[in-house]
Amino acid sequence: MTINGWLQFAVFSIVLLALVKPLGLYLARVLEGGRTWLDPVLRPFERLIYKLSGVKADQEMNWREYAFALLGFSAVSLLLTYALERLQGAIQWLNPQHLAGVEQALAWNTAASFTTNTNWQSYTPETTMSYLTQMAGLAYHNFTSAAVGIAVAVALIRGVKRTESGTIGNFWVDATRSILYVLLPACVIFALLLIWQGVPQNLHPYTQAATLEAQTQTIAQGPVASQEAIKMLGTNGGGFFNANSAHPFENPTPLTNLLEMLAIFVIPGALTVTLGRLTGSPGHGWAVLAAMFVLFAVGFTTIYWSESQPHPLIHGAVQANTATAPGGNMEGKEVRFGITDSSLFATITTDASCGAVNAMHDSFTPLGGMVVMTNIMLGEVVFGGVGAGLYGVLIFVVVSVFIAGLMVGRTPEYLGKKIEAYDVKMAMLYVLIFPLIILALTAAFVLSPNIGLSALNNAGPHGLSEILYAFTSAVGNNGSAFAGLSANTWWYNVALGFAMLAGRFLMIVPVLALAGNLAQKKSIPPSPGTFPVNTPLFTVLLISVILIMGALTFFPALSLGPILEHLLLHAGQLF
Amino acid sequence: MATKKNLWNSEIVRQAAVDSIKKLDPRAMAKNPVMFVVEVGCVLTTALLITNAMHHGGAAQHAESFGFNLQITLWLWFTVLFANFAEAMAEGRGKAQADTLRKAKGETIAQRYAADGSLEDVTSSLLRAGDVIYVVAGHFIAGDGEVIEGVASVDESAITGESAPVIREAGGDRSAVTGGTKVLSDFIKVKITSNPGETFLDRMIALVEGATRQKTPNEIALSILLSGLTIIFLLAVVTLQPFAIYSHAPQTVFVLVSLLVCLIPTTIGGLLSAIGIAGMDRLVQYNVLAMSGRAVEAAGDVSTLLLDKTGTITLGNRQATEFYPAPDVSKERLADAAQLSSLSDETPEGRSIVVLAKEKYGLRGRDLSGIHPTFVPFTAQTRMSGVDLPGAQIRKGSVDAISRFLEEQGSSLPRKVREQVEEIARAGGTPLVVAENATALGVIYLKDIVKGGLKDRLARLRAMGIRTIMITGDNPLTAAVIAREAGVDDFLAEAKPKDKMDLIKREQAKGKLVAMTGDGTNDAPALAQADVGVAMNSGTQAAKEAGNMVDLDSNPTKLIEIVEIGKQLLMTRGALTTFSIANDVAKYFAIIPAMFAGVFPVLNALNIMHLATPQSAILSAVIFNAVIIVALIPLALKGVKYEPKPAAMLLRQNLLIYGLGGVIVPFIGIKAIDLLLVALKLA
Repeated sequence: MTINGWLQFAVFSIVLLALVKPLGLYLARVLEGGRTWLDPVLRPFERLIYKLSGVKADQEMNWREYAFALLGFSAVSLLLTYALERLQGAIQWLNPQHLAGVEQALAWNTAASFTTNTNWQSYTPETTMSYLTQMAGLAYHNFTSAAVGIAVAVALIRGVKRTESGTIGNFWVDATRSILYVLLPACVIFALLLIWQGVPQNLHPYTQAATLEAQTQTIAQGPVASQEAIKMLGTNGGGFFNANSAHPFENPTPLTNLLEMLAIFVIPGALTVTLGRLTGSPGHGWAVLAAMFVLFAVGFTTIYWSESQPHPLIHGAVQANTATAPGGNMEGKEVRFGITDSSLFATITTDASCGAVNAMHDSFTPLGGMVVMTNIMLGEVVFGGVGAGLYGVLIFVVVSVFIAGLMVGRTPEYLGKKIEAYDVKMAMLYVLIFPLIILALTAAFVLSPNIGLSALNNAGPHGLSEILYAFTSAVGNNGSAFAGLSANTWWYNVALGFAMLAGRFLMIVPVLALAGNLAQKKSIPPSPGTFPVNTPLFTVLLISVILIMGALTFFPALSLGPILEHLLLHAGQLF
Repeated sequence: MATKKNLWNSEIVRQAAVDSIKKLDPRAMAKNPVMFVVEVGCVLTTALLITNAMHHGGAAQHAESFGFNLQITLWLWFTVLFANFAEAMAEGRGKAQADTLRKAKGETIAQRYAADGSLEDVTSSLLRAGDVIYVVAGHFIAGDGEVIEGVASVDESAITGESAPVIREAGGDRSAVTGGTKVLSDFIKVKITSNPGETFLDRMIALVEGATRQKTPNEIALSILLSGLTIIFLLAVVTLQPFAIYSHAPQTVFVLVSLLVCLIPTTIGGLLSAIGIAGMDRLVQYNVLAMSGRAVEAAGDVSTLLLDKTGTITLGNRQATEFYPAPDVSKERLADAAQLSSLSDETPEGRSIVVLAKEKYGLRGRDLSGIHPTFVPFTAQTRMSGVDLPGAQIRKGSVDAISRFLEEQGSSLPRKVREQVEEIARAGGTPLVVAENATALGVIYLKDIVKGGLKDRLARLRAMGIRTIMITGDNPLTAAVIAREAGVDDFLAEAKPKDKMDLIKREQAKGKLVAMTGDGTNDAPALAQADVGVAMNSGTQAAKEAGNMVDLDSNPTKLIEIVEIGKQLLMTRGALTTFSIANDVAKYFAIIPAMFAGVFPVLNALNIMHLATPQSAILSAVIFNAVIIVALIPLALKGVKYEPKPAAMLLRQNLLIYGLGGVIVPFIGIKAIDLLLVALKLA
């Protein structure tokens, strides 16, 4: 660990915290249908969209209608993308490399992956997906899935805020406004910045170049910058290239690396400010952000420390940090990014269910790998996905407030809303679905030598980690991988596809049900007898609940995976 | 009834031990999902233990594991039994109270009016609502009812524990009588209002026995949380076996069940119903009868408390504090006349006048037998009382009454006296004017006396976040003075029953929960509207039916205790839930290394407690998990300590004790049990 490293962490944190407030307030205005400075340009477009699609913008929905619209929209998008992937060989438009149609299981997996904001990639993009598929299929989902996340988050906020109301907003309006006023403008700016830094943006065929060794090299390219922007801002993570953000065309400079990391966290962070603004309790928003930030900082510190350690089994080589050598564990890391930026990027991308990577998580030290996995296992609530992180953390807030409420001798309340049996049921359903799918599928695949284990490149605890990571990443809608697993098999593609869909939509339904139930409740004015949700004490409680829920559920599995691997490594055994 | 019982009364303990075995019936256990899972685990391990023993006989290798498996199985059963025992203890304590009540009930013979108006003897169990019975001094009242004729003093000690008899009379707000109480003087006609089995006593017995207990809303919500956690841990343990098989370290069912039972929240799961029953029981110890557990829980949530001024905030009666003589009248003369007029006045106000005259002016009660005084009692018509002495008619009464008295004699109330009267009224007092013949002598200042210590108690309520509102029929000026003196947050003056109702609705519309006390029939609608309506036992049947609690002592300030008990109930649940979950950290560190250290010795690094062997580690965790239930029974029954503090402070305190404590305590406990097991050579 170096001073320089910590300075980079500090710069990132300061810029992030400076950005969340203005963006959060802007988001609040957009989501409440208020006027923004983009109205003169965008408002006519918005009206046109509603007119063409027959959306009645002023018609509010109850939670069932909202969920139905959301699920219907996502299902149709999923099918269209599946169809596009399958048919891409037949469509020669925007397919300069003449890439063939995508095989069934992989097409299913990819369609599910991008619909759910996961962006798990079982394929190598530059040799599998045409420009048309990348843009109309995948980048399209990068926008819409992020908008769906924001919609659910704002629906839940409305549930908390509204009193005796049967409705929680209009899904079409929430999704449209999120894209039109937030994601699109931000991506235009970000893409231009990336192009300035050297990221390609073209529709050319791949370039054939002759190397110094007189070999031919195919240099893949395409509309990279536009996709890169939404890949980060929408916490999607699906790379244009297989190497993802470690590829110099996706992430060419130190500046783009910083910007990409900021882009991952900025909307999830800003949404906490939106929460505070819309519920009229700014302090609560900050308290939630504080909990997220602490968990993020602890995660980064652990990974950074672990990756900076010399490898215990390498002797004779200098592993210290020097002016010319990064020191520590550089396996699987881009030399351009080194220990600090690889650790920081890994922490951010797993905290935020983004899944973009600039280093190979599989090659991290066992403890570093455990932390990136644990970040996802906590439920993708440490900043989390765009929207998904906020509604996820609010579920933990409900659980925290419930326990805290009992401990102060009152029926628990959250910002004036009583937390009763139905609310606890929905919250627990959300909390339960997550480990249920991860552990059940991992257990099934681990027991099956032909289906599950044959895809492994590593044995022992590391192999277990690889399969566990795959399903954790899928259900957590993260999309990053422990790359030692060759997951492009029929079984893995199908199972991971279902895991991603369950991890997204099975969890969104209880959230919307909770929102609907909270919205129709009366609000109780706060009194000294109410437990305040805007204090450091609340932040500590929330952190404890998130950690305990996550740790208690996955500790047995982790102890046979990365913990055991770590202990065996120090005893001289490698996998 | 109000007597404190020893927590570990041997009779109750013995009965509870028996009941805890009876409660193993899976149909009963299924109501408690957490403990049901434990019981299923017990059955599983027991079945395996037996089949293993039959198949493997006495191989040395097997003998060793048999000893371990047997101990595990036994302790798992103990876990279930201890939880049942906790519930049985709570029920047992309730039953003991019910028995006391039942003695009071017994079978009595009632004299019932037959259709032709004659009296017939029937046993109390045959009485139906609507029957009219005749009860004379020395007899028990056979059922709950309303006095429709007569007035009598009644001994209600069987219900209230209060030995002083109370007056029950037809009409008004003191007409309700309770079955099982005894008429001490006079006679009354009582119209029975409830059928056998539905009387007050019956309901009370059923409640304290826990027979009619239904889960309260918060309890249901908590049960959902606990069930959710149980499912999560079930999943974590069931999927651990495939991971263990993958790692070539498969586990026995005994070990897996041990891990499961240790992880699921058995501590709170085992004590949850005991906490609920004990909460009701504590209320009964305070002589308050709640019609449902829901009402007790609601009491903890109350945010607005309506308190009647008279009897709750002030002593039921006013006291004389000062004499204000009319111009040209000496204070002594006024005091003398005031005392004379009050000598036969047995009301507290009257007595306080005599006392004031004595203390301030040294006037002793005199022997008036020589002068043949004729005392004039207070009547509703004249609205004054006094004494006729030879040549002197002394009267005291309200301004209006004395003005009329003076006018009858061709005189009138002097302006100065009238001003004095208004001044006293403005200051919140009640003026009484004294006159002798045609002369107004002056004014007695009767003052409302705020109950001692009330101000502190109201301050405690404020600290809990509860706003108090005083309800009074006084004018706003008077009300404001008393309100300030008592330290209530707000007041409703010149309140009519409808105003009270409107106030409750207004508060509820703001999302607040309202508690109130009442005794009169005209309180009934408000009692029914309030979230917590505490009816006084001395009140009318209508009031009692309308409220959701009855205070047998008829003490309105008890609302404060009721609120505290409600809060304590929730806090106990919350604290033990936190404790239970926090315990899991230590249990993981005991069991996980023990499970896998055989195959992977490096995992002993996680054995931070340095437990002796894998067997002793697992056994210690299971034993700790079982024993902690018993250890916490007293806390569950008594409730966690409650001090009125702002929520944030309470939470910090409870998080430290039950959260942090819950993480630390099992580390110590499991290590201690491990040392003990090794010393006893049990593992």
